[in-house]
Amino acid sequence: MSMNRREFLQLLAIASAGGMTLHSDIARAEAAAEKLYELPKFGNVSLLHMTDCHAQLLPIYFREPNVNLGVGDMLGRPPHVVGEGFLKAFGLKPGGAEAHAFTYLNFSEAARHYGKVGGFAHLSTLVKRMKASRPGALLLDGGDTWQGSGTALWTNAQDMVDASKLLGVDVMTLHWESTYGAERVKEIEEKDFAGKIDIVAQNVRTTDFEDPVFKPYVIKNINGIPVAIVGQAFPYTPIANPRWMTPNWSFGIQEQGMQEAVDAARAEGAQVVVVLSHNGMDVDLKLASRVTGIDAIFGGHTHDGMPAPTVVSNSGGKTLVTNAGSNGKFLGVMDFDVRGGKVMDFRYKLLPVFANMLPADKEMASYIDKVRAPFIEKLSEKLAVTEGMLYRRGNFNGSWDQLLVDALIAEKDAEIAFSPGFRWGTSLLPGDTITMEHLLDQTAITYPWTTVTEMSGETIKAVLEDVADNLFNPDPYYQQGGDMVRVGGLQYSCDPNAGMGKRIDNMMLQGKRIEPGKTYKVAGWAPVSEAAKDSGPAVWDVVANYLRTQKVISQRPLNLPTLKGMEGNPGVAV
Amino acid sequence: MNNQRRATLKAGGGLGMLGLLAAAGLIKPELAEAAWNKGAFDAKTLDAAMSAMGAGKPMESADVQISAPDIAENGAVVPVGVVSNLPNTEQISIMIEKNPNMLAASFDIPAGTLPDVQTRVKMGQTSDVYAVVKADGKFYMAKKEIKVTLGGCGG
Repeated sequence: MSMNRREFLQLLAIASAGGMTLHSDIARAEAAAEKLYELPKFGNVSLLHMTDCHAQLLPIYFREPNVNLGVGDMLGRPPHVVGEGFLKAFGLKPGGAEAHAFTYLNFSEAARHYGKVGGFAHLSTLVKRMKASRPGALLLDGGDTWQGSGTALWTNAQDMVDASKLLGVDVMTLHWESTYGAERVKEIEEKDFAGKIDIVAQNVRTTDFEDPVFKPYVIKNINGIPVAIVGQAFPYTPIANPRWMTPNWSFGIQEQGMQEAVDAARAEGAQVVVVLSHNGMDVDLKLASRVTGIDAIFGGHTHDGMPAPTVVSNSGGKTLVTNAGSNGKFLGVMDFDVRGGKVMDFRYKLLPVFANMLPADKEMASYIDKVRAPFIEKLSEKLAVTEGMLYRRGNFNGSWDQLLVDALIAEKDAEIAFSPGFRWGTSLLPGDTITMEHLLDQTAITYPWTTVTEMSGETIKAVLEDVADNLFNPDPYYQQGGDMVRVGGLQYSCDPNAGMGKRIDNMMLQGKRIEPGKTYKVAGWAPVSEAAKDSGPAVWDVVANYLRTQKVISQRPLNLPTLKGMEGNPGVAV
Repeated sequence: MNNQRRATLKAGGGLGMLGLLAAAGLIKPELAEAAWNKGAFDAKTLDAAMSAMGAGKPMESADVQISAPDIAENGAVVPVGVVSNLPNTEQISIMIEKNPNMLAASFDIPAGTLPDVQTRVKMGQTSDVYAVVKADGKFYMAKKEIKVTLGGCGG
């Protein structure tokens, strides 16, 4: 059964008039939804923003982190606040639906109460509502849309390409999209998206002559106002992901190119200039302080669900910086009041997408059913039952990653295991059955091969130091926006404030100090070098074997480093 | 995309730019070698390279700008550009502090030429990159860190 909100309310009225007993949960949900999604219209130019949905077509659970450390200038500043500190920073009431959406607090219980989040059918309903109340509104997609599920991988991104068109995305930029290879991205841009969705990225150029690969920006007319949307793809795609998949494309932050694109858009008549960015929030904040003429940066990549924008001052004025979380959990709604050729005022709200409070859109729901049908059997294989909560997000480890490294050590007979610090991947509640689909939500990438390497203690330290610097370099332009590599077997201490090469110490394996000259057997997955192509079976096959054998996954303690110098940092809560 | 430019250069094969110019009779091979500062290119330390160039300890100048990635996509070919806004710029040199031979390139800028150069350098590890500019007989510099990372593990 599918009905719109008005029909639902009418039915409720009839039901109560007829003396029928109402299920109090439904009534409560409807009342809460009323409050949450009745967003008064403001101004004359509206932009809707989603980002990093990671191919999650169905509603899921997603636990926000309890460790998201800020160092240097970012200490204690959003997004580097968690839990109670987060609520305080944004003036949110504890215990409500929003507190649940934005923080990890009391996660399992609250998740059972409020239900799953996201899902393209529910998101679609919300998008339609917002577009109906805001004529001319555009839907912007910050990227990481085509990767993150079994069906996206097996359909070579086609399921998400068609879902994006059906959802009504107008403009998008890229990150994981590139891991389907340059040819596939261009094919989708030129065929599937032609006349429907613009891909924008001012910072992608050819490696030889630095020719643009995509449009740097597009100008759209919204209620008579020219609005420029400048694209910024993930600057470190060929470093964080395999370069051999886009060998002729160069990325980078390209601050000067951004200024030139903004100036060109203004010169062309744009009265509003926004950036659709996959930089990550810290990079966006720095960029906003140095590039002038941008009204707002709609950010993603670091998966920070920010209830309010950060206002950044620069020599030309002020720029709003937002970040819209991940996994289809949120929709950002920005209303601009544009008068006399410029933005005079704004209202912004990041709406959580609660599947129970938003009926599924019929057309999208039936599309999702159809596209999943050929794979249902494979996806629904039951692998094991988890006794504890499984989640990924956090600077150093998550219970899902702990499970992956435990599985790698067991299946590969290794002493140590590494798992990449990805920020995508959905959550499961205690008692949930782990299906193949859930495992693929953590692992579905185009370079899923497992590796076993003999590494010296010195190399192991070099790896940890390298990744730690990508996360904790005090200059955001040197950060890549992922989390720390997850480590199984090995204990260490980490001092995020120390300099490059000096953060990692006290590396121990089973009570013994790691020796620089000794070699250790290290298992891992997701190698980025072309030489490591097909190095071993796909990680989901290895972990599925482990889960089938274990049957029941006990709640296991996280292997976390001993942190130094982080006392009182509001980016960590234990 | 400028396909004609691509085709022309492809037709040039593997000769490289100097080779092409020499083959076209535009420059004589000896000319390319005449200004070769062996001492500076063989230097193993920053100080030694600077002194072989006669630069001493140049002062930092905001009129010298380096354009280069913050993190190299491929350490084997890192694009580095230098622009000098100093009047009478005669020479622009690029040094990679942590390279075994730190002077990577030196460009002589003839009068009337825009002091704006671009090249590709090879880097084995994270290092400061120096642009040293000689203008009106004096030396100036700018520096920027370029990270060379192992890769992987992102977002």
